[in-house]
Formats: sequence, structure tokens, C-alpha cells
Amino acid sequence: MSVLVVVECDGGEVKKSSLEVASYGSQVAQMLGTTATAVAVGEATEANLAKLGEQGITKVLHDAEPRLKDFVNGAYTKLIAAAAQKEDAKIIVLANSNIGASVGSRLSIRLQASIATNVVELPKTDGGSFTVKRGAFSGKAFADVKLDGDRKIIAVKKNSIEALHEAGKTAQVEAFSAQLSDADFADAPKQVVMQDQAGGILLPEADLVVSGGRGMKGPENWNLIEDLAKALGAATACSKPVSDVDWRPHHEHVGQTGITVSPNLYIACGISGAIQHLAGVNSSKVIVVINKDPEAPFFKAADYGIVGDVFDVLPKLTQAVKELN
Amino acid sequence: MKFLVCISNVPDTTTKITFTPDNKEFNKAGVQFVINPWDEYALTRAIELKEAQGAGTVTVLNVGEADTEPNIRKALAIGADDAIRVNAHPKDAFFVAQQIASIAKDGGYDVILMGKESIDYNGFQVHGMVGELLGIPTVAPAMKLDMSGNTATLEREIEGGKEIVEVNTPFVASCQQPMCEPRIPNMRGIMTARTKPLKVVEPTADAARTEVAAFALPPQKQGVKLIPAESAGELIKLLRNEAKVI
Ligand SMILES: Cc1cc2nc3c(=O)[nH]c(=O)nc-3n(C[C@H](O)[C@H](O)[C@H](O)COP(=O)(O)OP(=O)(O)OC[C@H]3O[C@@H](n4cnc5c(N)ncnc54)[C@H](O)[C@@H]3O)c2cc1C
Repeated sequence: MSVLVVVECDGGEVKKSSLEVASYGSQVAQMLGTTATAVAVGEATEANLAKLGEQGITKVLHDAEPRLKDFVNGAYTKLIAAAAQKEDAKIIVLANSNIGASVGSRLSIRLQASIATNVVELPKTDGGSFTVKRGAFSGKAFADVKLDGDRKIIAVKKNSIEALHEAGKTAQVEAFSAQLSDADFADAPKQVVMQDQAGGILLPEADLVVSGGRGMKGPENWNLIEDLAKALGAATACSKPVSDVDWRPHHEHVGQTGITVSPNLYIACGISGAIQHLAGVNSSKVIVVINKDPEAPFFKAADYGIVGDVFDVLPKLTQAVKELN
Repeated sequence: MKFLVCISNVPDTTTKITFTPDNKEFNKAGVQFVINPWDEYALTRAIELKEAQGAGTVTVLNVGEADTEPNIRKALAIGADDAIRVNAHPKDAFFVAQQIASIAKDGGYDVILMGKESIDYNGFQVHGMVGELLGIPTVAPAMKLDMSGNTATLEREIEGGKEIVEVNTPFVASCQQPMCEPRIPNMRGIMTARTKPLKVVEPTADAARTEVAAFALPPQKQGVKLIPAESAGELIKLLRNEAKVI
């Protein structure tokens, strides 16, 4: 019996969200008196996989099949299921990402496991029951969910668990083959198109986010958002109406019907703070709101606020960041 | 081509969330329920594809008790041909997926569409479970769907980009924007929806695998600290020294 952690890799590196997932998994293993093994998906270097020891992982299973570089639901599901079987894993932990949730739901059927996605805390195991806390109602509430059965799958929301760093510890990397056949790659992507990201920072992975709403007046003013984001090393985002009218691409739209983000810092510029927008950002650690209307609902959800004109305030903030660095 | 579109019945997006005194259930009192916004993308795209092909049917499926029927009728008014309601309280994603799979197994549907997730439970699981139960591919979340004969071309969102995926029918896709512009029912649609077939079936006996022990609201914010616009730069110092986030 062990805990299996699914780590997603990209360009040879383990994704930050997967370092959190690994930390979550090894802490669960410790609670249950067992060890945590990781299985790697995506493109990974052995050196980076070995470093998962710093997150408490003892062993990493690595299938070097080159076609696993891109997400293929069929192949990933088979690979992880095979790893779970090999390790006799009763608990499988993955990221609450598009990949994690897609594979997790298929795995739950294949392994006859109960599953919770969007999980924000370590489990509670009082009195024989196994309960996890997850976000519900689009970030407007939490639910404590009891997971039944012998096997459990947990998808951990980004930024809800602090990644461990026990410097110098290494995990043993072991070659692993899930004996994948061509049929397992039937849903392989024909083409992968990466989008331009401000400063190369992916919004779902970002720790800092600068976001603009209709108050920015038009796409020609977005340099103000981008300048501040660049100075901070932040990703950029927007409200729904902004992407609806194509001022910004759809993958930047956050909210109930867009991306959910939970960065350490979310700076909202000229966004009113409608309940559907808040739903996608209200689990951010610190929220800053800049709005010229003191009655804007966003101020109620904010930690810091500036009542003022974005065109006047944003350049001052960018300047202040540059002076600080 | 036969489309099956799964819709869930969720609290209106502006609803203030509260719970029953024991915190075990969402408090429905006075709450307006709507078709899950993500499901509207699935529904409208199915109707568009059927219209483009000039043939086929769009069946709407909901797992829910009788109080969901106004929204099932709304889906019919938007343009679905017929509807099935599985008469059960949707206990968890696994329970719902089993009901959908059991309807789909005998229905001969070519394409099963649903929203990426429901805005109440936010599970993002049902599509994968249905695909696995039926042994067919799932594409999630899909931002674009085109059909040519039995082959579908989809754009699937990945972190930082998109993938172009081709699958043959039958398959499951969970939809999100910008797939299409969701339609709203017109008068004619509302009139014809009243006479379209809505079949009620009893659930298969299968159980759930999870149970909500308690719901809770997030802790209240401490209150906003306002910085005068003239000294906006002070904010940056506070973010570094006080909040310690930069
Ligand atoms: C089913 C449904 C789902 C939805 N999903 C989402 C979602 O996922 N994400 C989302 O964002 N929205 C969503 N919405 C839309 C949401 O209700 C709001 O309409 C939207 O968030 C408003 O965007 P906004 O704040 O940018 O624009 P507005 O509401 O127009 O607000 C603009 C703000 O900018 C301020 N402003 C104007 N000029 C300046 C200036 N010079 N300086 C400073 N401040 C200025 C104004 O005071 C105002 O507060 C959804 C709506 C529905 C019905």
C-alpha cells in the first residue's frame, strides 16, 4: 500500500503545481505510515525527477516513451493505472489541472476509486472516515467531502498547499514501462499551439496576476497592464466582457465561466467585481483593487485598494516596482 | 447524427450561497435555478451542428428531480428535439455519470456533449467518467468542435495553449467558451417546447462514492486597506513589507 503522486512535466521541468502535489502526497503518506511514489507524465529529465526527493518523494517511475510528451488521455490513464497497480496505491494525488482532472475522472472508473477534485487541504482521517476539503459553488463556498471505498483519488488545487523543500534529498528514478500500444495514442493531439503569454508566464501557474476590466477602456491601453505585469514578473488576465469583445484572448478571462486562479497576489484594474468575476479569483491570497468608483463591489473582497483612475495609478505602481527592484 | 446533451440545474450565477442549518445541503429557498452556463455552450453547439447537417436529433438529458423541468423545457425551447429526465437527486459525479452512461449505452448517440463542469459542484469529472464507462474518448475541456462525417475536430484547452484533436464518433466532449454564442429561447421556441417529448425514467440502482459531510462559507475578509491615489507607490511597499507577496 502506498501513495502515488502524478507529476506533470513540461520542457524537462516538473511544473510548480506538481511540486505542491508531490508535497501533498508525501504528507498524506506520512500520515498513513507509508511512502509516496511519483509517476511522471510529460517531458522530464532524470535530474529534475530525482529532485522530487526535496518534496518527500522516495521513488519516481518514468516511462521515457517520447509520445507521452503531449497529453494523451488514453495513454496517460493507462500509464497511471499501471503505476497504481504496481505500487498497490490506495491513494492517488494529482493536480487539479486540465490534465489532472481529465485523467483523474477516467482513472476513478478504471480503478473503482472515489474522487475529489479542487481539494484545498490535507485530508482528515478521524474515526475511520477520510474527508477532504474542496472548493464548491465557484469559490463561494467549501465542502468537506467524505471519500468512500478502498481507493481514493485527490486532485489538489494550485497554491493551496505549500511546497516542501528539504534541500539535498533525492528520489530514486526508476525506468517504468506501461507497455503502451498505438491504440493508446488514438486521441493524441494532431497539433499543439502554444499561446503568447506576457513574459512567458502561464496564467494558471502564475503566483502574481495583473488583471484588467472594462475600465481599461480599450486594448490600446493594455500596455499599462503589461508594464506592471512585466515589472512584477506577473501573468496578465482580464474580465469576461474584455475577452468577449476581443480586447484580450479568451484564455486570459478569469471568473466563474473562465479560468479560476488562486495566486498569491491578484491586482484588479478597472474591474467592478461582479459576483461571477469574484468566483474565479476570490481564493487569491491578497487582492488589490484599483477602481475610480469607491462603491465598486470589488473593494469588499479586497485586502488593499486605491480609489483612483487606472490611467493615473498604474504608471505610478510600475515606477514604484522598478524603484524597489 | 444523434447528439446527447447533458445539462445540470444550478443556482443562478448571482446567487448568494447559504446552507441549511445542519450545513449539509445548499439552501434552495428563494433561489432561481438556471441551466449550467457551461452546458449552454454544449447545447447550442449541438443544435448548430445538427442544423448545419440538415438532419439528426438533439436529446437533452438531466439527472434531477421534477423541479428541474422548467430548465429542461428551456433547453427544448432553445432548440433540442426531445428530453430525458432521470428522476433522482444527483448525489455525486459518479452517480450522475452512471445514469448518463446507462442512457447513452442503449440510445445509439454519436456525440455526447456537456459543460466543462457545473458551477455549483465544480467537479470537472462527469465527462471523463462517462467516457471511461462507455469505453470511448473524452475531450475536455473543448473550446471548438467541428464535424465532418464521423470525424470531429476539436480544440482542447491546455495550460498555456491549445491542442487540435481529431476523434471519431462516438465520443464525449465537455465544452467551454468560446465554442459558440449561447442561444436564448425565442417566442416560437417557447411555444413549441411545450409539446416536445420529455421522458422521465427511474435511475439505475447504482450508488455514490462520495458524500458531503458539511458545507462552509469562506472566512470573512478583514476589510480593505485604502491607499490614497496620490501616493499609489506606497502600495508596492506594503505588498513587499506587510503582505509579503512580492
Ligand atoms: C452566466 C454569467 C457568467 C459570467 N462569467 C463571468 C466570468 O467568468 N468572468 C467575468 O469577469 N465576468 C463574468 N460575467 C460577467 C459579470 O457579470 C460582469 O459583467 C463582468 O465581470 C464585468 O466586467 P468589468 O468589471 O470588466 O466591467 P464593468 O462592470 O463595466 O466595470 C468596469 C469597472 O471599471 C471601473 N472604471 C471605469 N473607468 C475607470 C478608470 N479610468 N479607472 C479606474 N476604474 C475605472 C468602473 O468604476 C467599473 O467598476 C458573467 C456573467 C454571467 C451572466
